[in-house]
Amino acid sequence: MKRRDLLAALAATPLLTLGGRLYAAPQAGAKLLVVFLRGAYDATNLLVPVGSNFYYESRPNLAIARPGEGPASALALNADWGLHPALARSMLPLYQAGQLAFVPFAGTDDLSRSHFETQDSVELGQALDTHRDYQSGFLNRLVNVLSGPQAARPVAFTEQVPLSLRGTAQVPNIAFNTLGKGGLDARQSKVIAAMYKQTALGRQVEEGFAVKGDAQRAAAEALDAASGRAISTKGFALEARRIALLMKDRFDVGFVDIGGWDTHVGQGAASGYLADRFTELGDGLAGFGEEMGDAWPRTVVVVISEFGRTFRENGNRGTDHGHGTVYWVLGGAIQGGRILGEQQKLDASTLFQNRDYPVLNEYRHVFAGLFSQMYGLSARQLDQVFAGVVSSKLGII
Amino acid sequence: MWRALAALPHKMTLPRQRTARLGTVFTAVLASAVLLAACVSQPSIAHDDFGPEASYAWVNRLTWGANPASVAAATRLGRSSWLAQQLHPTNTTLPTAVQAQIDAMRISTVPTPVLLRELAASNQAANALTDDTAKQAARQAYQRDLNELARQAQARALLRAVYSPAQLQEQMSWFWLNHFSVFQGKRDIRALVADYEEQAIRPHALGRFRDLLGAVVRHPAMLRYLDNDQNAVGKINENYARELMELHTLGVDGGYQQADVQTLARVLTGLGVRVQEDDAKIRPALQARYVHTGLFEFNPARHDATPKTLLGEPLRAQGLAEVDEALDRLARHPSTARFIARKLATFFVSDEPPPALVDRVAQAFLRTDGDIAKTLKVLVDSPEFSASLAPANNGFKDPMHYMVSGMRLAYGERPLENTAPVLGWIRRLGQPRFGHVAPDGYPLVASAWNGSGQLATRFEIARVIGTTDRGLFGAAPPAPPILSGPWFNQYLAPRLSPATRDALAQAKTAQEWNTFLLSSPEFMAR
Repeated sequence: MKRRDLLAALAATPLLTLGGRLYAAPQAGAKLLVVFLRGAYDATNLLVPVGSNFYYESRPNLAIARPGEGPASALALNADWGLHPALARSMLPLYQAGQLAFVPFAGTDDLSRSHFETQDSVELGQALDTHRDYQSGFLNRLVNVLSGPQAARPVAFTEQVPLSLRGTAQVPNIAFNTLGKGGLDARQSKVIAAMYKQTALGRQVEEGFAVKGDAQRAAAEALDAASGRAISTKGFALEARRIALLMKDRFDVGFVDIGGWDTHVGQGAASGYLADRFTELGDGLAGFGEEMGDAWPRTVVVVISEFGRTFRENGNRGTDHGHGTVYWVLGGAIQGGRILGEQQKLDASTLFQNRDYPVLNEYRHVFAGLFSQMYGLSARQLDQVFAGVVSSKLGII
Repeated sequence: MWRALAALPHKMTLPRQRTARLGTVFTAVLASAVLLAACVSQPSIAHDDFGPEASYAWVNRLTWGANPASVAAATRLGRSSWLAQQLHPTNTTLPTAVQAQIDAMRISTVPTPVLLRELAASNQAANALTDDTAKQAARQAYQRDLNELARQAQARALLRAVYSPAQLQEQMSWFWLNHFSVFQGKRDIRALVADYEEQAIRPHALGRFRDLLGAVVRHPAMLRYLDNDQNAVGKINENYARELMELHTLGVDGGYQQADVQTLARVLTGLGVRVQEDDAKIRPALQARYVHTGLFEFNPARHDATPKTLLGEPLRAQGLAEVDEALDRLARHPSTARFIARKLATFFVSDEPPPALVDRVAQAFLRTDGDIAKTLKVLVDSPEFSASLAPANNGFKDPMHYMVSGMRLAYGERPLENTAPVLGWIRRLGQPRFGHVAPDGYPLVASAWNGSGQLATRFEIARVIGTTDRGLFGAAPPAPPILSGPWFNQYLAPRLSPATRDALAQAKTAQEWNTFLLSSPEFMAR
């Protein structure tokens, strides 16, 4: 048996024994948050291939030491993989509790290595060789196929509705960084809403004010809670708690993006720029889970990025645009504590174009597998979300 | 008679009892509107003059937003003359203070090829640094330079949209820029967008479609954006060829095949960008066909010179002339006429334009060999256009239109000193110039822009415009605009629903009144 087949088989096993039990009937009230790391984060230093000598040869300045080689070394996950030490406090406990899994060798077939083109590709979720509809993102299509007890209320935590949530379903967006600026008071809001009551936009206007009000309350509440518990009150760590407060009651399918991952120069190793970003991200995700409270077992968070970075470090102690990346999957009831999907041994001969992680787990297949388990989608529904895609049996849930 | 009157100093004809009600800020503007309002009721008006309702509706549709000055100008000229002036603008003079801002921009003072060479040199220097910190700083400086050039291009376009008397030209510049959309975030396109708009788009916005298309095909911004600078014989890149037919000319169902895409890609081989001042070194036998103008390069060594058949007909010309032969064929194709006609009708008449109108406009496009002004004339002279001016049939402003119309109404007579806040709001509303990543341009239909988040943000912006943001006017912000008054009463009030009038009546201050007006459904209507 080839190594990758073995790993795939191992990954699939829990699905057969456990997956059917836990999520036999997909739950109503499922919550999904997609976190997009824009700029292509260096996945190779997040999920460290500690079993690969080639990794240590390829990154003389950037490599994270093997587990047990001091405080700056990788956190052991299994014989092949370790976790960046910046995530010791936030993510390692979740992994150990089976609430966090990673899908390495994930990504798209898009070979442009262009941030914006590949981000578009991912968010559209449409085959590259077809005529693509730029007004139809995959999360919007997901919302459209969910109905009845699973009807999902979408939201984007971004300044603009992102491509992934564009489409025929109306999606409100909330930008915490501009919230509260130029605000209207309650009376003014009421007067404005009254102008629209008898128009076709009446519902949207009401919703706009309501969402804004809720977002403002959530923003304040999270800040209070954070300062009371000595939690970071800035950046994603705070934003993620605000998102949780809103998603818990009001929304079911959410999207947020975080920039600043395009580390061509001086990205650091166990500490430094990228490590700080991991700390912030990990704290945010852990805080999100905590704040979701009793909704956490119904929640799945997927962290994605447009592509990975070069396996070898460049001449500037950084990394350049690559191909395959690593997705994170978190949730209170997932089958975590595992490295999922097709994998392969990492050496010079297995790199894609002798520079990058290959893509063995195409993202639409990964999401299709996740959605079919989370929501129990029929083949026809799944085809509406990802045309022509057969879902991967990764056994995430 | 009224024309002569209009030329008189305002104070001579202003009724006293009306001036007493005006605030000091807008006295001059409102006074002229009042004067003209008095004049249009004279019986001696030429037959094609506007009534007040029509002049507002026409101006509001064909400009970036009606305001007292533009409605006064249209009323003074009458429909035919005003329309002729908008279709064939001779006066594009901006207010002195606005023009001065544009003149001071780097995009106005440094030729684009020089800019590109400077930037390339600084990028190279940054990459050659060995110290990580210094390199990081130098790279950031390079990015800042690029950002600043794109910001200037956005600021210039905004200033023109708000203040230019040639309003239709500015609207059509936006329309074509969106049709031939490029994204500033790719590579060094931020340094090219100003020139793209200035040289390729704006001069042809009301000219011939074929000239516009030819200018776009030769512009480095488009060649970079759709990767044609990497399209060479033996290394075909179909990206631009496909979009050129699908999005720029024939339309997706325009009757071309994959084979045509492949052929057009071969036609386009060798069209690229050369930043260096000197010419590329190529074989003497090919030198006669080499072209290097500014940043544009046609390199015959990279061109596929084998015979080609496009849309069922062989191409006869060679080299760059073959490109023009292909563009002629595409520009004159009936599918292109239909595609462009439908897009114009969507932009100016309705999200679902009547097919009969689209047909007539397409015929005009074909008949005039793609003369944009003449095609537009047929469009706006149509009964469908007139019908669409009734308030119940109005379309919904997109973010750029909302933003600029608000600025024009509130500050049309007051040169904006700082464009940054307005550019920021347009970005927040999701429609920054050169900011659409995909080549299809921003959607033209209302459903793309009337979501709850969009509306809530517009209301906040309405408040900021209505109360005068300090950031717009430097150290000494002016008094807030007075949008109520005789001009409003005459032109806008008749279009308002009872609900909107009721809301305005609840305003406690002039600023709040402005906020409600700018938030009203009627002000969202185009």
